[in-house]
Amino acid sequence: MDRSTPILPKTPLIPNDDYESLVKQNEAAQNALSLLVGGVHCAMCIQKIESSLIQKPKVEEARLNFSTGRLNIVWDGPAVQANDFVSTIKSLGYSVSPYNPDAEKSSMENENRFLLMCLGVSGFAMGNVMLLSVGLWTTTIETMGIATRELLHAVSGLIAIPAVIFAGRPFFNSAFSVLRKGQTNMDVPISLGLFLSCAMSVFETIRGAEHVYFDSAVMLMFFLLVGRYMDFRARKSARSAASDLIQSLTGFATVIEGGKSRRILIRDLREGMRVLVSAGESIPADSVIEFGESSIDTSLITGETLPRTVHIGDLVYAGTLNQSGPLTLIISKAAEDSLLADVVRLMEKAEQGQARYVRLADRVSKLYTPVVHILALAAFILWAGFLGAAWQDALMIAVTVLIVTCPCALGLAVPVVQVLASGLLMKRGILVKSGDALERLAVVDTVLFDKTGTLTIGKPQLKNKVSDEDLQLAASLAIHSRHPLSVSLSEVYHGPYIDLGDVKEIEGKGLEALYNGQLIKLGSRSFVGLTNAPFSDDPEIWLLVSGHQPVPFYFEDKLKDDAQETVKTLLQDGLDIVLLSGDRQNVANRIGLEAGISRILAEQTPVDKYQQLEKSKADGHKVLMVGDGLNDAPVLAGADVSMAPGTAIDMAQNAADIVFMGGRLSSVSYTHQVSKLTQRLVKQNFTISIIYNFIAVPAAFCGLITPMLAALAMSLSSLIVIGNSFRLRSINK
Amino acid sequence: MSVLIYLIPISLVLGCVGLAAFIWSMKSNQYDDMDGAANRILLDDDVTK
Repeated sequence: MDRSTPILPKTPLIPNDDYESLVKQNEAAQNALSLLVGGVHCAMCIQKIESSLIQKPKVEEARLNFSTGRLNIVWDGPAVQANDFVSTIKSLGYSVSPYNPDAEKSSMENENRFLLMCLGVSGFAMGNVMLLSVGLWTTTIETMGIATRELLHAVSGLIAIPAVIFAGRPFFNSAFSVLRKGQTNMDVPISLGLFLSCAMSVFETIRGAEHVYFDSAVMLMFFLLVGRYMDFRARKSARSAASDLIQSLTGFATVIEGGKSRRILIRDLREGMRVLVSAGESIPADSVIEFGESSIDTSLITGETLPRTVHIGDLVYAGTLNQSGPLTLIISKAAEDSLLADVVRLMEKAEQGQARYVRLADRVSKLYTPVVHILALAAFILWAGFLGAAWQDALMIAVTVLIVTCPCALGLAVPVVQVLASGLLMKRGILVKSGDALERLAVVDTVLFDKTGTLTIGKPQLKNKVSDEDLQLAASLAIHSRHPLSVSLSEVYHGPYIDLGDVKEIEGKGLEALYNGQLIKLGSRSFVGLTNAPFSDDPEIWLLVSGHQPVPFYFEDKLKDDAQETVKTLLQDGLDIVLLSGDRQNVANRIGLEAGISRILAEQTPVDKYQQLEKSKADGHKVLMVGDGLNDAPVLAGADVSMAPGTAIDMAQNAADIVFMGGRLSSVSYTHQVSKLTQRLVKQNFTISIIYNFIAVPAAFCGLITPMLAALAMSLSSLIVIGNSFRLRSINK
Repeated sequence: MSVLIYLIPISLVLGCVGLAAFIWSMKSNQYDDMDGAANRILLDDDVTK
């Protein structure tokens, strides 16, 4: 049994979520609904969901996107059928949440499609132009004849020019937009090279000259688009964490008005509304308890493992989880003013701060662009002005300089290595979400670790020895509760349970039952009637059998198995390690010392953690944050680079650049090592392309490069760069 | 060499067919869910009424 599943609400019947309001009409006046379906893992899941929906009357289409978990349903019937669909999917065992297509994601999809289209068109053009060019290169004018050569030139041009105009737009658009701002980037020489080589080739074709450069132009464009597309793919999965966080406010809440209850979207909640939250539900907005008693899991906000007991009049925060009893709340702040929304704002601020990072490729291109243009201009002036060449020939040489220096290898240097590194890490269950995360990881000098759930397992484990009879009795009682300590208690016990009569849970205190006619109790020290037992730092529960001495069960959160080794490896790599914990000082100290971390900061609120990060950054440190809770999310978003375990809450996973599965902490040191190697290979690739330029540029400058040589040199340098990137795999040997 | 008059257009037409197929597959959203396509091949039948 999965113990994290909430116990069914003990509340009066709750009305179903109202999905009818989310139904939209499509062009054909049919109803359409987009949902996010969670828990889809395999082909069978797709089939189960789709076929169960399509068999319903009037359903036209049900299509599940496996990569994004998005389900589109189109039907002819009334809009209210939406709720029927949702309950069908839920009854199959999948989670459903409303999907709000936000503008950013669809623009991402549009760009993906645009780049792919450009890539396809330029691939087509390159194939066909090369086919003709091979004929031109291998045959001399004597066997071919002038008319044939001119025909081949003209056909090449007819293919190449529309292709360049169509597929060169990613470069032209970007070059144009930076030029308007008075700046330059890598796309400026690329665009100029493409444009000039085509213009010059048209002129040469008309003139009936010996060489045209259409083949170089389309090949250059194709290779660069491959690099561009890979780069885009690497960045695509990096979505804006803050907008996903807002999405978590798109669920439903039960509002009670005039004796009736209805489900409305959380974002429509207003101050003063009365809301019913059953056990297992999240608190939708910051509010005050009007009625009821429960324990609240605040681990999202404070990072504390143990739930807090709340009573009438207490303040509860949005995003925390109501664990045991139903609560009636009065909203004190609308959802967008809640503490959760404050965290969102903090994260947005943090993300803006991070955007200032300049990628290595951009820094190289900043240096490279002016040099290329000056060289080309110098070639033209030298040949036309001093060596007395015809201006057409001088221009041809200048264009050749532009083409051969064009950053084919340079454009592939970074994305190829990054895509390979991402694939390598993926095999170890490490997901790199943003393209330049590895680049940023390679230069970090400080690591901030969260404690609960990151360094530790995140669940309290039984610490002391107790007799088998006591354990059996306590576990038999504990299976009736979802309190974290009860859950861990029943997890360590594997024997048969005792049948207990009349089990009662007293909110925030403990459990009691009848055993052989005697009252037994399991709960806090005051619940079992103790007043003067020695205090312990660790969480504890007590078992009392009437007439006997109470038996204590102490718990502690244990370090992950590989935590010590990971910390040791990171220290050996020369990194500073700091433990940031929201927990109490003595608990943090114990965990920190056990893991081998000497700098420990305890009792940190989310804001404290963020200030700690800002301080480190202000001191000039490059910071890696590893964390898993909501309280870490702003730091994850603001750190130079961040990692979260796959067990982290969604928001932390979204904010992090890298997510590692299986909770293996050694993934952190492994990823760090891969990032170092990645960076070394990127630098080698840059060196290779610079060496290539040192040979090719003087040759072009002297007018020695023919179109065939240019094409050959360009593909060769690209292949060497790709080959070098594959050396990344040596890390596994 | 006069055979080129036929061969060049033929090669271009073949290329264009490939390009058209690519554009069609792209416009009909076949690149949107690559993981899904890889999984759907394991299903027995297309989902129908």
